[in-house]
Amino acid sequence: MALNRKIAYIDLTTGDIQVKPIPVEMRKQFIGGRGLDAYLLYNHTKKGVDPLGPDNVLMISGGLLTATCASATTRTHVMAKSALTGMLGSTNMGGFFAPELAWAGFHHLVIRGKAEKPSYLFIHDGEIELRDAENIWGKSTTETQWAIREELSDPEVKCLVIGPAGENLVRFASVLTGIKDSGGRTGMGCIMGSKNLKAVAARGTMDISIAHPEEALEFNKRFIDQISSSKVNQTQGTLGTPFIWGATNSWGGVRARYFQYNQCEYADDIEPEHLDEIATETMGPYHMAACFGCQVHCRARYKLPSGPHAGKFDEGPEYTTLGAFGAMPDCRNAETVLTCNYLVNQYGMDNLETGAMISWAMELFERGILTKEQTDGIDLRFGNDEALIEMITRICNRQGWLGDTLADGCIPASKKIGKNSFDSLVQVKGMNNLHSDERATPALALNVATASRGSDHLRSRPAIDLYHLPEPVLRKIYSSPVPYDGPLSSEHTEYEGKPWQVFWQENCYMAVDSLGICKYHTVFLGATHPNFEDWAKVIYYNTGLELTPRDIWDVAVRCNTIERLFNLREGLTRNDLKKGDMLNHRYFDEPCLRGAPGVVGKKIDKDKFIRMVDELYEHKGLDKEGVPKPETLKKLGLESEPSHRL
Amino acid sequence: MQKNIKILKIDYEKCTGCRLCELVCTVKHDRVSNPIRSRIRIIKWESEGVYVPISCQQCEDAPCVLGCPAKALTRNEDMGRVEVDYEKCIGCRTCVSVCPFGAMHFVASDRKVIKCDLCDGDPQCVRFCEIEAVRFVETTDLGLQKGREAARRLQIAERKAGTLLEAQ
Repeated sequence: MALNRKIAYIDLTTGDIQVKPIPVEMRKQFIGGRGLDAYLLYNHTKKGVDPLGPDNVLMISGGLLTATCASATTRTHVMAKSALTGMLGSTNMGGFFAPELAWAGFHHLVIRGKAEKPSYLFIHDGEIELRDAENIWGKSTTETQWAIREELSDPEVKCLVIGPAGENLVRFASVLTGIKDSGGRTGMGCIMGSKNLKAVAARGTMDISIAHPEEALEFNKRFIDQISSSKVNQTQGTLGTPFIWGATNSWGGVRARYFQYNQCEYADDIEPEHLDEIATETMGPYHMAACFGCQVHCRARYKLPSGPHAGKFDEGPEYTTLGAFGAMPDCRNAETVLTCNYLVNQYGMDNLETGAMISWAMELFERGILTKEQTDGIDLRFGNDEALIEMITRICNRQGWLGDTLADGCIPASKKIGKNSFDSLVQVKGMNNLHSDERATPALALNVATASRGSDHLRSRPAIDLYHLPEPVLRKIYSSPVPYDGPLSSEHTEYEGKPWQVFWQENCYMAVDSLGICKYHTVFLGATHPNFEDWAKVIYYNTGLELTPRDIWDVAVRCNTIERLFNLREGLTRNDLKKGDMLNHRYFDEPCLRGAPGVVGKKIDKDKFIRMVDELYEHKGLDKEGVPKPETLKKLGLESEPSHRL
Repeated sequence: MQKNIKILKIDYEKCTGCRLCELVCTVKHDRVSNPIRSRIRIIKWESEGVYVPISCQQCEDAPCVLGCPAKALTRNEDMGRVEVDYEKCIGCRTCVSVCPFGAMHFVASDRKVIKCDLCDGDPQCVRFCEIEAVRFVETTDLGLQKGREAARRLQIAERKAGTLLEAQ
């Protein structure tokens, strides 16, 4: 059953491998996936550990419900101290890897040390082998996967791999499985590279018994019907995540030319409908693909129609790809975006960070802060598609002064470039923001400022804030499983009540990241989607574990607090621009220039923003400095640390 | 009059590769999640993005039935399926060898062969396949349905060609 999936401690330096059970008591406290990973990271690393050194610990996990009869529970989570931010590193991806790991008997891998030479782990039916990867070192992400399958003579093996970017210790290198299921944020591929770990391959044929199979099956059917009946998922299943692009760009929520504009104009070529045409022309009318056990099928399969890689098969592009390689560098053409998508997938790089870094460099170049000498002669203007494509390869290979500089991540790069370059950098905690523009949406601004892994939309974004839902509907969502009778506003430009929404979403996302559920099956894009009440049932039917909705909420608060404690240990200071919960001054000083009438002219009010952070801290049980109060720790059972129960 | 039976109809081009069918198949039959026990399998060429569901075709003149030395496999006309009688099965796996579709499986841990039984008339793979890559349909006019789809494509081609001719 799911509860007997194990945890393996693997030391790559010594080759020592220990396998342990996960006590039910630990499940009740941390559930699994990201939640349990946070606990493990906190307890298995020391303060100030070198992220690229052997003492950093890399966690790879599936959620508690992974590979059970619960819909869309395929997410793989990877965690370590990040070399990009020097703080919490955490990333999450779809595909088919985590279920295979679970069928092979494991939910969590805790990997420390550094292999003597390029290696990969092969995990199969309770066994773990460290194998030579010298022949596959240097290969692209997909070539690596096919080579491992060939070597193991098993086409069903699922691999989590790094590409050349991870090998070259690009600080924002991704881990990837399949064609494009990537965990890009915080550069976990760089940590794998630093450990000489090219891949983790899994193949499992072990039963996961379902505690109450009839109920699990019926409940799953209900879940699926609920998700499939929503317009948002139907659209997503047709156009993929780019559908968000069309809507967001039209009202002015997309950053163009790095952070100069909040709308990308004349961008018909990268509208979702046009990308859909390309997929239809190259792969036929049924070109959407899905992750394991998911009926949303939000990934498009396509072949590159033109350009240097014409004819190559790829998947996506995603909403974020359009921003990273379309709007931010102002390269509004499908061929460019698809070429960039292909390159970052093959090299194993975070698309958001790569696109943002190059766009930032473009802004610096146009302002004369970066010289043509520093760009090695590249005319790094906005809208120069060739320069954008060239820079991706240069960053991956750390080629030239600028390629090498940008590969180190935004804060080190700003130090090296100097001349006020940091001033224009739209980052939080050392990680660039995605291409969304939060100046007109205080709730979303609060989300990116306070997210535990640096500027990020998938930790606590109340995306439904943009739907202008009636207040009673908001209240129904946000006052369960814990009561809330404070203010809530349907207006997305308001500041009132937003901290509670961010707090609620933070716990919602932690819960699903710990269960292994995809966020598209939660109150992220769909207001009517499954919730804490549903998860309590789905956990019971599949695993037999009895948790109330409130218990799940408490686990989420506990795990979020541990992530907070980890970041505080690594230097989080509330108002520090490099390590704090603070936004770049551009949010407060530069008003939105484009978009809907209610958006033009909007910027974040700094005083109100600070009051929002205060309020969020109160909800989270933190003091004014953002440190958990003693009573909060006591309530969560975290008063004595480190506890080393696992 | 011949009783009209229902069959599993697979439109592989519609498959999104999610493998939910494999999951629900094993939960239904074995009360576990484990694709190695699934009667339906999604065969993938991931590098090309091609996914093909493979399941028992319940052949009229089934090689597994013909090949079974213990006469453990028989065709049940009422249910429209080929069945295994585990009392008679000697576990020789001849059926696995002769099945032209690779739809007979041998579960190593149980030491027994398994095949699709159409869930006694309510196939779970069909019930859970929202995109209808797998359907449970009456055999009447099976060809006509395909023909209609082909005709639609011809019609579109014709129209496109017409536009081109006009443009000349």
